Amino acid sequence: MAKVKMTVNGRQVGSECDDRTLLVHFLRENLGLTGTHVGCDTSQCGTCVVHMDGRSVKSCSILAAQAAGSDIVTIEGLASGGELHPVQAAFKANHGLQCGFCTPGMVMTSVDMIRRHGAALDEATVRAELEGNICRCTGYHNIVQSVLAAAAEMGGAKEAAE
Amino acid sequence: MGVEGIGARVARKEDKRFLTGKGRYTDDMTVPGMKYAFFVRSAYAHARILSIDTAAAEAMPGIIAVLGGKQLQADGIGNLICGWMIHSKDGSPMKMGAWRPLAHETVRYVGDAIAIVVADSLSEARDAAEAVVVEYEVLSAVTQASLALADGQPQIHPEAANNIIFDWQLGDGDATDAALARAAHVTEMKIVNNRLSPNPMEPRATLGIYDDAEDHYTCYTTSQNPHVARLVMSAFYNVAPENKLRVIAPDVGGGFGSKIYIYPEEIVCLWASKKTGVPVKWTSDRTEAFLTDAHGRDHETTVKMAFDADHRIIGLKVDTIANIGAYMSLFSSATPTYLYATLLSGQYDIPAIHANVRAVYTNTAPVDAYRGAGRPEATYVMERTIETAARELGVSPVELRRKNFIRSFPHQTPVIMNYDAGDFDASLDAALAASDYAGFPARKAAAAARGMKRGIGMSCYIEACGIAPSAAVGSLGAGVGLWESAEVRVNAVGTIEVLTGSHSHGQGHETTFAQLIADRFGVPMDNVNIVHGDTDKVQMGMGTYGSRSGAVGMSAIVKALDKVEAKAKKIAAHLMEADESDIVIENGELKVAGTDKTLPWFQVALAAYTAHNLPSGMEPGLKETAFYDPSNFTFPAGCYICEVEVDPETGKTQIVQFVAADDFGNIINPMIVEGQVHGGIAQGIGQALLEAVHYDPANGQLITASYMDYAMPRADDLPSFQLSHQTTPCPSNPLGIKGCGEAGAIGSPPALINAITDAIGNNDLSMPATPQKVWLAANVAH
Repeated sequence: MAKVKMTVNGRQVGSECDDRTLLVHFLRENLGLTGTHVGCDTSQCGTCVVHMDGRSVKSCSILAAQAAGSDIVTIEGLASGGELHPVQAAFKANHGLQCGFCTPGMVMTSVDMIRRHGAALDEATVRAELEGNICRCTGYHNIVQSVLAAAAEMGGAKEAAE
Repeated sequence: MGVEGIGARVARKEDKRFLTGKGRYTDDMTVPGMKYAFFVRSAYAHARILSIDTAAAEAMPGIIAVLGGKQLQADGIGNLICGWMIHSKDGSPMKMGAWRPLAHETVRYVGDAIAIVVADSLSEARDAAEAVVVEYEVLSAVTQASLALADGQPQIHPEAANNIIFDWQLGDGDATDAALARAAHVTEMKIVNNRLSPNPMEPRATLGIYDDAEDHYTCYTTSQNPHVARLVMSAFYNVAPENKLRVIAPDVGGGFGSKIYIYPEEIVCLWASKKTGVPVKWTSDRTEAFLTDAHGRDHETTVKMAFDADHRIIGLKVDTIANIGAYMSLFSSATPTYLYATLLSGQYDIPAIHANVRAVYTNTAPVDAYRGAGRPEATYVMERTIETAARELGVSPVELRRKNFIRSFPHQTPVIMNYDAGDFDASLDAALAASDYAGFPARKAAAAARGMKRGIGMSCYIEACGIAPSAAVGSLGAGVGLWESAEVRVNAVGTIEVLTGSHSHGQGHETTFAQLIADRFGVPMDNVNIVHGDTDKVQMGMGTYGSRSGAVGMSAIVKALDKVEAKAKKIAAHLMEADESDIVIENGELKVAGTDKTLPWFQVALAAYTAHNLPSGMEPGLKETAFYDPSNFTFPAGCYICEVEVDPETGKTQIVQFVAADDFGNIINPMIVEGQVHGGIAQGIGQALLEAVHYDPANGQLITASYMDYAMPRADDLPSFQLSHQTTPCPSNPLGIKGCGEAGAIGSPPALINAITDAIGNNDLSMPATPQKVWLAANVAH
């Protein structure tokens, strides 16, 4: 057992866990942040994606102990002040989700994707970047539309601010 | 149509919780004292269990109990059953073998549950499960249905000689044989429909809670139909009587059929909770899901399609062997019979049809309904065969289909179904236009100049949804009625709760059902809540599958709304001293037509509950219940056209265009309907290009048991889709809805395979059309 401390959604947290505890289980079981999901056991499905120090990671492929001291953002920490993040809003406006199970991972992956590519994202890039996130409901069509819409919105907002 | 009414593209009410991590799925549930379960499962496809030694496991840290099948049976827990009786053509009932929730004598597939380990933590349960020693006498196994029915093969259940569960037929064999004998041309094919794993992204899970003080059970589970789960667990599995068993299906992360069925784990966790005195939660990992979730498809078929000299289809003969797996799942007998052979007329006027289906046990996971359930198999047979016939006859596949279309409705097929409405030319025309079919030769030539092989293929599908008229399915062997229930509760302040027996696991019922209420009464959707998925809240329901939630579930709501409206009008007429027949409901108000007298909706609701001034003899309150039993199936139909480019160097297929033209009848929310079609097409493309469950034929081991081995469609495997809708309203339900949930998965596989075989000039290609297979087929053609 080890006491693991990290920042999660802006808050300092610490909890005892088994050495073999994965970050996803630490978030779900120790912190009760059940928005991060487990959809496979081979690091393929991407339902567990969170941000670690600003970059998207599959929280099933990292030990909680490895994340000690880092800054974690989960799906629960993305919206601020009751306002959906532009990526969340775009998924809603474009019907980019159905059963909702892959959605947290899709959104967290998309936020990181847009951070790296900005408004220059095109459909082929979005599809390639979503390779590590599996959705069984949407056929990806509306997820791709959601990401492109959010990228345009966020890129546009950036330009307006400059 | 208002901004929120029928036909409006309303963003979903349920989205915010899913987008902010507030969805509540079964594995998210925790209750005080909850412990974790892990199942010991068979490592062999077929074996006798000689002994089970749990002593070492029980001594491990954190272990509460290790429980097996002997104890379960001693406690009177029943075997799992198939709820649809099929009789063979000799009149004998289907030969169903025993499926014990925990096997203690014989295991029949890899993953068969043997024992449950309950521990303080999941890792302790998993570790202890490793320490349970099961001694097996390994028996030989068979995984392919057409092999399993031969003499000398392993016998899987003593009840089913040669592993044949039933040998069933539908249609007129003599008339069909006569048509084949006099035909000018017969197209004959052998067609395999590949076995698939449904793979909802949320793995199955269950939390069983036994309350000793109340002698009451609560079951959280990943179910598409919690009421059916409760009914079956009470009536057949002897878990608890219905009044002592509450089943809750909270947010459910996709189902696609695989969460219709009651599996051993729900039963065992409830029983184990009573045995151990602690709540017991089990969550499948993905490997367990591949091993134990009911698979889909797996048909081997021979088909003969007979044409006269004028290219009219005069007969169709189909012989199918359906792999049922090691046990008969809940609706496994209906899927390859009444959900399959009844659709073998397709969109075509065929005077004589005969289908023979043999259902066969094998040492594989149970097979049952998966998105489309029988109808994709029927459509694949029909649309591959008619396309092949067009090639053999040297005629246009468009014109051959057109020549044989049904154009007069109602149309009675020779295989039970009575098509009530449709316009097959309209969907075909729309798809031809959207795909620029006429421009294909030029695109093919341009592709050839780049060294690519371009092909185009189509599929004109029809399916049967709105499942189903209870008396009709009862006469065909169903153990349940397939109506739906609804309760509409108008609160004293005018807000509305709709309780439905339908279950939403991605379909957006909280939105579309609320749109119906908004449309009817003019109240804002925000004032309407949809309640589902809890047997303590909704009295009874039959759940969601077979695209029945719109056609059947919403029709029940309409019936309840009719009653609410009638009572509200009586109250309004009384309060405004008008004639009841003069009251109209508009924009959230009850008005006396032709006057300026008006009462807001909430005031009428309040009057119903204050009961100070109601019409003489009227009961207080404004709450009504209805059950709706459909009078017919509904018949969504459409035309899909797919265009591909095959790289002859690698065999890789790229879908360059996918057009879907669907007739779903009336549509409540086009945005949600489009999403259903996108998802269905993706699963169909998955079947055609990528997905297949493989067992090692030598020993029955599942080879495709993870996402490293089973190719799920990913974003970069798929194109964007071009959709359109043609509308012939369904005449058999009040909203004119046909249903849209399965069409994409039904229509797309044959369109894709027709396109690839067109591209490579070789018709001998099976699904999934992997690059290796396509490369081989392309080079054989050379």
